[in-house]
Amino acid sequence: MILAGHDLSIGYSDRLVGQHLDVTLATGEVLALLGPNGGGKTTLLKTLLGLLAPRAGEVRLDAKALGSYPSPARARLIAYVPQSHVATFAFTVETIVLMGRTAHGGLFSAPTAADRAIAARALERFGVGHLRERPYTMISGGERQLVLLARALAQEPQFIVLDEPTASLDFGNQGKVMHEIRALAAAGHGVLFTTHDPNHALRAADRAYLLRDGTRIAEGATEAVLGREQLEALYGAPVEIVFDSRAGRKAFLPG
Amino acid sequence: MTRSAAPGMAVAGAILVASLLAAFAIGHYPVSLADVFHVLAAKITGHAPDVSPVVENVIWQVRGPRVIAAVLVGAALAVAGTAFQGLFRNPLVSPDILGASSGAALGAVLGIYFSLGIFAIQGLAFVGGLVAVAAVYLIGSMVRARDPILVLVLTGVVVGAFLGAGVGLVKYLADPYNQLPAMTFWLLGSLAATSVADLMPLFGPVAIGTLVLIALRWRMNVMSLPEEEARALGVPTGPLRIAIVAAATLVTSASVATAGVIGWIGLVVPHLARTLVGPDFARLIPAAALLGGGFLLAIDTLARSTAVIEIPLGILTAVVGTPFFIWLLASVSKTWS
Repeated sequence: MILAGHDLSIGYSDRLVGQHLDVTLATGEVLALLGPNGGGKTTLLKTLLGLLAPRAGEVRLDAKALGSYPSPARARLIAYVPQSHVATFAFTVETIVLMGRTAHGGLFSAPTAADRAIAARALERFGVGHLRERPYTMISGGERQLVLLARALAQEPQFIVLDEPTASLDFGNQGKVMHEIRALAAAGHGVLFTTHDPNHALRAADRAYLLRDGTRIAEGATEAVLGREQLEALYGAPVEIVFDSRAGRKAFLPG
Repeated sequence: MTRSAAPGMAVAGAILVASLLAAFAIGHYPVSLADVFHVLAAKITGHAPDVSPVVENVIWQVRGPRVIAAVLVGAALAVAGTAFQGLFRNPLVSPDILGASSGAALGAVLGIYFSLGIFAIQGLAFVGGLVAVAAVYLIGSMVRARDPILVLVLTGVVVGAFLGAGVGLVKYLADPYNQLPAMTFWLLGSLAATSVADLMPLFGPVAIGTLVLIALRWRMNVMSLPEEEARALGVPTGPLRIAIVAAATLVTSASVATAGVIGWIGLVVPHLARTLVGPDFARLIPAAALLGGGFLLAIDTLARSTAVIEIPLGILTAVVGTPFFIWLLASVSKTWS
């Protein structure tokens, strides 16, 4: 399955954020969206999620317009992992994950035993099964991010879209989330994530999409697109590149 | 229901049962608890109770309608408060947040001003509540904003203040010897005049609204997440918000039309219910209904039995509710931080 934006103009009724954007994401691959603050990453993300209608152009799921899907049908295909947040009410971790099953039930339904089994498997899958009965408000930021990943998995979607999944996580949890993103793609999901760290794109993404001032600067295979010149153009700041010759890897340092 | 919710639900049920027994027993004509049991048991089994007809009359004819109305109004305000707190993701919201009480108050004082009958006054109050919230919703949805919830709350505050000015104007114009005391008494809330004829117009809307909210219990859980997250989980938030606001407003307007303006129940009881059974609406709505019914019934029993004259309910709920809410803030704030 392919999620694609064609010649998108994105933004709000009072403000155009970006124009002439083409994006494609296939199941089984990881796309990283990079760019400076205010460059349109989040707006593009919301447009591809179907939460924000494009100002022009069209988002399609295979041949069909995303806007023509009723919201439950869309939610069974695309899941959203927001930046981890603190909820108003102290739902248990299990309840939060069960919310991923909402689109699979009718308007007046509540989760079934089968839904609970799926939620439990998703929590185990990310190694946080022991948190099931804990209030979501009382676990750490890293745990919350994993719980939100479990909720997205419980949604059983084709695509998973993550908004800065590593923001506010410690170094170890950042690596863990990158690893899980790779695993989700290996399991057949199409994954799109935004990040402020090009190293995370190098680590987890097949392709990278560079967005600045609402314009696509570059797009392509991560290794090819992420070079010193492109990143300096993207962020308007000097970038240093370091190599580990034994591992055959590179990494970027700001400044 | 999970293991953790059952004791909380039992506590809420026990509070209601205790309030019911006390309400039937206490009053100007005291009835012993044994007689209350006999009369209630006889009603259930269908036998004739072996108590004096006077006792039976006090329980069914004198106290019965008022007890039922108190339970229904308390349950209604607590359920509406629970729904609005979830919908607005804010634990400091009460059922009159969208102007239902102000609209009902204006309807009622207008009815009193034009010397209408009691049912016309209640009808005007009911319609006033519905119209006020509908107006808030229409105005709010005309404003195109990123945060529809915030716009709705602000519109509710502004329209509520406007309606409050209307109430003030009518009171200012009213006959200070007959109409003004009636308006003041109504605005402070009372069940003193409750009759059997009041029960169906109260029960119908409360039952319909509560059933709608119970049916939407899981959607309401999801709706208490941030707007875009709820939509990404497949919940059509716009239409559902209208359904939840309509159901909660129906329930609020019916209870305000019967009992006048009674604050605090809709604000405080949802918190207490949340500490007993947790935030899941599937348990929270029934628990809030039981607690709200028990709480207002206890308050109403105090209102008619502690002083020579009836104490207005709005005053008693505030006197009991304020220290209670402060205690709640200090002791359990962690459950909704």
